Amino acid sequence: MSTKRTVQFKIYRYDPDRDDKPYMQDISVDLEPSDKKLLDALVRLKVKDDSTSFRRSCREGVCGSDAMNINGKNGLACLTEVDDLKQPIVLRPLPGLPVIRDLIVDMTQFFKQYHSIKPYLVNNDPAPERERLQSPEDREELNGLYECILCACCSTSCPSFWWNPDKFVGPAGLLAAYRFIADTRDQEASERLDNLEDPYRLFRCHTIMNCVDVCPKSLNPTRAIGKIKDMMVRRAV
Amino acid sequence: MVKPHIVGAHYGLRDWLGQRVTAVLMALYTVIFAFNALMLPEMSYEAWSGMFGGGFMQFATFLFFMSLFYHAWVGVRDIFMDYIKPVGVRLALHVIVLFLLIGYAGWVARILWRL
Repeated sequence: MSTKRTVQFKIYRYDPDRDDKPYMQDISVDLEPSDKKLLDALVRLKVKDDSTSFRRSCREGVCGSDAMNINGKNGLACLTEVDDLKQPIVLRPLPGLPVIRDLIVDMTQFFKQYHSIKPYLVNNDPAPERERLQSPEDREELNGLYECILCACCSTSCPSFWWNPDKFVGPAGLLAAYRFIADTRDQEASERLDNLEDPYRLFRCHTIMNCVDVCPKSLNPTRAIGKIKDMMVRRAV
Repeated sequence: MVKPHIVGAHYGLRDWLGQRVTAVLMALYTVIFAFNALMLPEMSYEAWSGMFGGGFMQFATFLFFMSLFYHAWVGVRDIFMDYIKPVGVRLALHVIVLFLLIGYAGWVARILWRL
């Protein structure tokens, strides 16, 4: 049994209604033996200083609400072991998005890009009596794509997204785009490729793979982007 | 003013592919160049200009510089797209770089075929 332990935090604080500018707050929290994840520690911290703001919901890596920059790397607080982190644990909001308050960012731009790729099946055939079936092989292609929880860890670690969030779809959006391009039940693959054939929307990706490095679900947006480029080459050459 | 979300400039693939193809070409030329330079009997002006005087080297060197300029055009344009936000300034810079590179291409041809 582990004993009681204390963790040191350095947290980005900013309340636009009260603060002129953001500052870093040093604060320490005593943890209970049952506190395993960074989110557990944050919940303890919230008890100590209830002005600290962050998003959280499912606390098991499914909803993607508690994405933040942890010791310089984006991740989910609920999946990060608190004991593995170097102290003081430096917490900042996801980089590149407007801060609403403390660790809470405005994700409008991120979702705008996600919606721009039409993240739904387009099939104009009359709906069958039961579901539209896929062969196991075709279904296999969607593995590693459909699991994305839209936490924005990847897109907000991508310099191309920082510079052009209004024009570059970003790794999360492009992963989702390929998820529908690769779906045999979808009938709009060509239009989807047209939508992405643009120097900004797709080709801002310079394959630096920050997205792969941070994805809490271990997905690989770079591979998906490569496959989209591959399809474009096949279509054009 | 209403700002509609406009997508699909319908270019990008050619430049992206072109940058990759020219990169491979330049890598190949670097090997050929290094091999030829190391094989020179002596480091003199005559030997050096003679190396570029042959038809194959002229062709390959010209191709190398064309690749370099195309590669640089895409790369520099990408940098402007990231960092220069006012569209007018960006367009002006694009045009300046494009004309510079075209000028360099003519200069390269003149040097190579003068040898």
